[in-house]
Amino acid sequence: MFLCDDTAIEFTPQPGAGAPVWRGHAPSGDELKDFAAAAHLAGGRLAAIWGSDERQRGSGFRLHCVFGLDRGHAWVSFDLPADEPSYPDLSGIFSAANRMQRATRDMVGIAADGDDQRPWLRHGAWPADWYPLRHDAVHAAGMGAGFDNLPSDYDFVQVGGEGAHEIPVGPIHAGIIEPGHFRFSVIGERVLRLEQRLGYQHKGVEKLFIGADMAHGARLVGRVSGDSTCAYAWAYADAVEAACGVAAPPRALMLRALMLERERVANHLGDLGALGNDAAFAFGLTQFMRLKEDWLRLNHKLFGHRFMMDRITPGGVAADVDAPALAAMVEQCGVIGGEVKKLRTLYDEHAGLQDRFVTTGVIDAALARELSLTGMAARASGLLLDGRTHRQGYTPPPPYATLGVRPVTDERGDVAARVAVRFDEISESLRLLREIAVGMPSGDTRVAVAPVAGASGLGVIEGWRGEVLVGVQFDKDGKLARAHPHDPSWQIWPALEHAVMKDIVPDFPLINKSFNLSYSGADL
Amino acid sequence: MISISGLLGQAFAILLALVLAPLLSGWVGQCRAWLQNRTAPPLLLPYYQLQKLFHKDVVLAHGASSLFRAAPFVVFGCMVLACAIIPSLSTDLPLAPAADAIALVGVFGLARVFISLAAMDVGTSFGSLGGRREMLIGFLAEPALLMVIFTLAMIAQSTSVATIVETLAHRELVIYPSLAFAGVAFTFVSFAENARVPVDNPATHLELTMIHEAMILEYSGRYLALLEWAASLKLYAYSCLGLALFFPWGIAPGDDLLALVAAIPLLVLKLAIGGALLAGIETINAKVRIFRAPEFLGTAFMLAVLGLLVRLLLESKV
Repeated sequence: MFLCDDTAIEFTPQPGAGAPVWRGHAPSGDELKDFAAAAHLAGGRLAAIWGSDERQRGSGFRLHCVFGLDRGHAWVSFDLPADEPSYPDLSGIFSAANRMQRATRDMVGIAADGDDQRPWLRHGAWPADWYPLRHDAVHAAGMGAGFDNLPSDYDFVQVGGEGAHEIPVGPIHAGIIEPGHFRFSVIGERVLRLEQRLGYQHKGVEKLFIGADMAHGARLVGRVSGDSTCAYAWAYADAVEAACGVAAPPRALMLRALMLERERVANHLGDLGALGNDAAFAFGLTQFMRLKEDWLRLNHKLFGHRFMMDRITPGGVAADVDAPALAAMVEQCGVIGGEVKKLRTLYDEHAGLQDRFVTTGVIDAALARELSLTGMAARASGLLLDGRTHRQGYTPPPPYATLGVRPVTDERGDVAARVAVRFDEISESLRLLREIAVGMPSGDTRVAVAPVAGASGLGVIEGWRGEVLVGVQFDKDGKLARAHPHDPSWQIWPALEHAVMKDIVPDFPLINKSFNLSYSGADL
Repeated sequence: MISISGLLGQAFAILLALVLAPLLSGWVGQCRAWLQNRTAPPLLLPYYQLQKLFHKDVVLAHGASSLFRAAPFVVFGCMVLACAIIPSLSTDLPLAPAADAIALVGVFGLARVFISLAAMDVGTSFGSLGGRREMLIGFLAEPALLMVIFTLAMIAQSTSVATIVETLAHRELVIYPSLAFAGVAFTFVSFAENARVPVDNPATHLELTMIHEAMILEYSGRYLALLEWAASLKLYAYSCLGLALFFPWGIAPGDDLLALVAAIPLLVLKLAIGGALLAGIETINAKVRIFRAPEFLGTAFMLAVLGLLVRLLLESKV
């Protein structure tokens, strides 16, 4: 029995060396909803929702829901009829479902039966009755070509009352950053409500996967959100390997972990600098950017790419490192570790910075659980959620099973906590990198992978921001029938709306940066 | 009496302000970069920016009224007038009777009112946001500045800036403890008034945190150039005022042409040191939460009042 005794869903474990995933099929909408409620009751979280068009394979549409549970992930699918596909609204159980359901409706045309039927990813670039991910959606040259760019009305929730007014921010900002719209309802400087409108980065990535071959899919998935390219590539590789029944050799797994940890350190270094800068402490930015630059240059030297893009592929890795390279890496870990330690003292003892960080943007543990938070954001709210660490009933996938990652958490849930977790994760990753260098097994770095017609798989990787999921499905020709890359930002973006509520307008950029979420990853 | 050398000196002081003000901003920027271990931008960067902006076309918001177009000229004019009546090189300033120290605060206030109104004129949320934050800062900074000036005016028995400076610069050395309080208070006020860290951040791209930058977001072309120039003039004016009041040595008395010439390198040196100190303070500080700014300026006000009390209670026989 997987979760609870009274569910009619039969679960079978997914094969492969990746994170533990159980697959099940809900016979009815009620069963799906019951399972979601049971998962919620058991302290689980919603990890992803997406839809697929199965009409060419003989049925209607299929809804995929992934729940994060103590023992691993439960991937529940639910079949919908071809005509008027509809399923029970899960947002009453998991609030994180809201945007995912709306995006699924925009992309595939299967709708939850809830009240909130506003579009999410569709901004008027295509008509409301045209669904890009249906196989019969016309794929004219240039996606969505031939449609008028319709004005898109969007009903923001209005806040009334004496003195309440709105500040619309974005999607075009004063700095060169990704586009997103933030609608603040404020009284003076105090934020009453924040509502986000995302989707400006929508570029039809999921559509590009359809019909692509496996190798092209690997390149594409590494470009969904460039700052997490290793996490995406690994999640995709896990999904493909699970679907095709192959396992990457131990050396390849170790090299993947090496790259993932290097990606984590690089992003945390950049974010720590940016956090200082957002409090007008530009000294921090310069120092951390220097460290990050050194770090990325070594990436380039070791792997031929500053962000290690396309280095993790299905079946293994496309890059190898020799003993001198590992030695150089270990040496750099020492240097960077020392500098980060000094900078941490500087941040910790800087009264001005701490005044900005402490008690700003608080998400407590209960709220974090309610919002299905994942990754660094969840750990900074005191939730021990890390796919790389052992916990009751859960064994992390290799090579993390043997590396022994020490979990990092902070109970405070404010910006200071997210800063502290980042610092701690840098030291932990530096330690892991040294361990990886010492314990690097010899042997092949890749095995051949042949797509299995009709097979599907799910990969879950603990990226630097949180849990990155990639679900893949092959068609009868061994091409990709559907691939869904899922960024942890989906669940964490709504947390930002809550985090800013007790604070004032000028604190928003700092709170936002403390999460540093991906627009591209969630806009697809 | 208005002398020829006085007129020349006055004209030269204004010209020097117009030239040196962007240079001072460039110097502060350079020092900031060095203190952060960065390669510094060129010293003349502000001039290049002014040149670029003056050559660009103006893009006006649809709702912009004539107030929006007039404000940059008013603000620029106010700053030039302020630079004219602050004795930077010589105390023989024919324009000095135009405004005394209290009116000087009024000139800065006039500029503030216009820029805030212009910011609200086009009706964008950031303009209003910046405008109302600027008024919050302004109404706290002005009383503190006035208290500083009252202390000095009591020492000099005059509210004319030129007379105050002449009194302080050319008397036999007397130590005024009240000046120490007034000096610290003035420094606090200068940081707030010139939109520097820890009150505002002139280098930020985060529109939600801006004060001064939020007000000028809608400006472009020559209007923006004037406002940027006015901002450096304001920094220059405050620097010169601070130097003249608290480090007045070397400022030429009356119509002494030789002393006037000698005052120039000394002023540049003092500005360079002041700019470096400003950059240093900006580098080691983070920006305070906006609701801490009243505490910051409240401290300035309290120190200024302390200075005034010290003057009244301890120095009244001097």
